[in-house]
Amino acid sequence: MLTESDITALWITLQLAGLTTLILLLFGTPLAWYLAHSRFRFKVIIDALVALPLVLPPTVLGFYLLILLGPRGPVGELFLSFGGEAPAFRFSGLVIGSVLYSLPFVVQPLRDSFAAQGRRLSEAAATLRATPLDRFFTVSVPLARHGFLTATVLGFAHTVGEFGVVLMIGGNIPGKTQVLSIAIYDHVESLEYSQAHWLAGGLLVLSFLLLLAVYSVNRRFSPGHS
Amino acid sequence: MSLHARYQLQQGGFSLDVAFQVPARGITALFGPSGCGKTTLLRCIAGLEKPKQGFFQLDDECWQDSQQHYFLQPHQRPVGYVFQDAALFPHLSVHANLLYGYRRLRPQQQRLKPDDVVSLLGLNNLLSRATPRLSGGEIQRVAIGRALLSSPKLLLLDEPLSALDAQSKAEIMPYLEELHNELEIPVLYVSHAADEVARLADQIVLLDKGKVEAEGEVNDIFTRLELTPAHRPQASAIIHAEVKRHDEQYCLTELDFNGNCLKLPCQNLIIGQTVRVIIHARDVSLALEKPEKTSILNIFAARVENVVEENPSQVLVRLEIDGQTLLSRITRKSAATLDIVPGRRVYAQVKSAALL
Repeated sequence: MLTESDITALWITLQLAGLTTLILLLFGTPLAWYLAHSRFRFKVIIDALVALPLVLPPTVLGFYLLILLGPRGPVGELFLSFGGEAPAFRFSGLVIGSVLYSLPFVVQPLRDSFAAQGRRLSEAAATLRATPLDRFFTVSVPLARHGFLTATVLGFAHTVGEFGVVLMIGGNIPGKTQVLSIAIYDHVESLEYSQAHWLAGGLLVLSFLLLLAVYSVNRRFSPGHS
Repeated sequence: MSLHARYQLQQGGFSLDVAFQVPARGITALFGPSGCGKTTLLRCIAGLEKPKQGFFQLDDECWQDSQQHYFLQPHQRPVGYVFQDAALFPHLSVHANLLYGYRRLRPQQQRLKPDDVVSLLGLNNLLSRATPRLSGGEIQRVAIGRALLSSPKLLLLDEPLSALDAQSKAEIMPYLEELHNELEIPVLYVSHAADEVARLADQIVLLDKGKVEAEGEVNDIFTRLELTPAHRPQASAIIHAEVKRHDEQYCLTELDFNGNCLKLPCQNLIIGQTVRVIIHARDVSLALEKPEKTSILNIFAARVENVVEENPSQVLVRLEIDGQTLLSRITRKSAATLDIVPGRRVYAQVKSAALL
């Protein structure tokens, strides 16, 4: 069964994924809205930057984050100068790394569902006296509910499954920065296959169930299906 | 009470450069071919486009004055906008759609009440329905109701009938006429369909290629020979007439316009009622002497105002009958034989006329 350190790793993983998803929904939604509706000609650069974690090896992202967030790195020094601690090898470092790594998984579904709505319904709401914020929350968000569901689940599940970035930036400190995927790797390294099975199999089933839920809910609400 | 608009806008290869002033009452048609800038103009008025050069004033309320850098945001403008595709909110019921704008008004601004609008537009059976389950005509009625319930000072209709089949059109037309008669909200009605304009509009702003060609009362625009509406195959005059009496014996209804009597096949109309009658140019023939012994009932003494050649074989004649204008399309040979020239006294024989 699960050891105490496995349960700690599971708990850290869930906290990390939950917090990361929350942060991404808060900041990713306005970003996605901007990407869907802005006519700024260099917007394509921002689009490419958002998509970068999709193609970059996680170790590359982790490596640069380590340099930036370490005690000698510019961001790390900034934290130190405000009386904090450099985020590298800490939970805060994991969060920063995960937010960047899972960014496209949250922003892209939201951007696509905002873009698919077009402007027409928001314009209709404007002519019915709704302020920009009002029509965002009463028209754009409800119409993008599939996008929000997809973004939430993909952001959460993808964070649960990350390995390279958290290894680089977190350093695999048990009880502090050791997450589930790394705990599995450690078990395999030590030939503890049954332990690895419990964690790996659990993750497999959990991920499948999450995706199954998303796809069946999205199908139920999709147009043409009553 | 007037509406004053002036806009200059460049959009890709299209430019809009319009200025007009019309009375802020009744239905004003923005009439012209597809792509002439009608919808863009309507969007400017609603504040959905922000032209660099623009001025708009309704009565004494200014909505935009680019010289003063003044621009009222769309949600601050008291307009009701009915989009060509209706743009109902798919995630809300008919009832919630109707009340979307109403709920955002202060109580003292809620001049039109949901019950009144629901009964005016016959929406009672639709209230609890989901919007994807409505027919084309029902969708447009809900969209009109939703716009009305925001108690607009100006109603903007963007081709509300163009997406509908003939049957839905016929179903919704009476509601639009009702709107016209019952409410005192000025309407700007975008359309490229002359039959809708003839039936509904009081005045026309004629647009072409992003410019105002002419503006005026409907019949004036329809019968001015230098303008395009007079040269359609269905060129026609629109006459406002009053119902005088019914001739029971022959089952005819007699209408009066400017002291002339127009007889139509029996109509279900109330005496004293004002109606619109359409007389097509092709149904009006001319004679120099008052025809006797003819089967045609409607013969009027007229004066030729103007004549233009439409093609080598036919001409279009603009006639004046006691202040009312009619069009007549005749062959060039007849015009030459009868010497139809401006100022000549003739008799116009109207072969058929129809109520709108």
